[in-house]
Amino acid sequence: MNASFLDTAAFAAQVLIGLAVVFAATRLVIGPRAQDRVLAMDTLYVNAMLLILTHGLRTGNPYVFESALVIAVLGFVSTAALAKFLLRGEVIE
Amino acid sequence: MNTLAGILVVLGALLALAGSLGLLTLGSFYERVHPPTMGATLGTGFILVACVVHFSDMQDRLVLHHLLIGVFMVVTTPVTYMMLVRAALHRDAAQGQDLLASSRRAGPAAGASEEGQG
Repeated sequence: MNASFLDTAAFAAQVLIGLAVVFAATRLVIGPRAQDRVLAMDTLYVNAMLLILTHGLRTGNPYVFESALVIAVLGFVSTAALAKFLLRGEVIE
Repeated sequence: MNTLAGILVVLGALLALAGSLGLLTLGSFYERVHPPTMGATLGTGFILVACVVHFSDMQDRLVLHHLLIGVFMVVTTPVTYMMLVRAALHRDAAQGQDLLASSRRAGPAAGASEEGQG
């Protein structure tokens, strides 16, 4: 009964985070300026990482942790590079 | 233990949803920067603690390596958002609306009065 509670809770969390992904994707599409789109993409990265962690929690797969860590690192690097691009017009100078 | 993990994961998901809802609905860019930090730090933290509780319960030992993601997110999120807001201020100044101009005018005067009082 307890395991099924965790399964139901993780499914509910997946639905909620999926809704958050839809919100962030909407801001990514309608965002009036480039910095709004970069911010929405960063939020999208975080939400995708949470979705993968919740999937790992639901299936009980311990190897999902590595993919979530890789997504966190890639999200940081890409957002930092895009912010640098918005500031200077080039990434590596 | 499973009940605790379930409650924590739903709390984290609700925080991530609130952050994304704020990102979608707030008016200006400088207001929209604030809400996603909630999902990025506290929402991630709750879900990671749920992972720690569940995998520690499942493997009968203390599994703490999920907290590595939490430490990483807490360190990197302010850095990226500060870089992003600096870029946005730079772009606004390049377009003629210098949002820092008023604080630049008020800044030295306020500092001088504080020094005078101190």
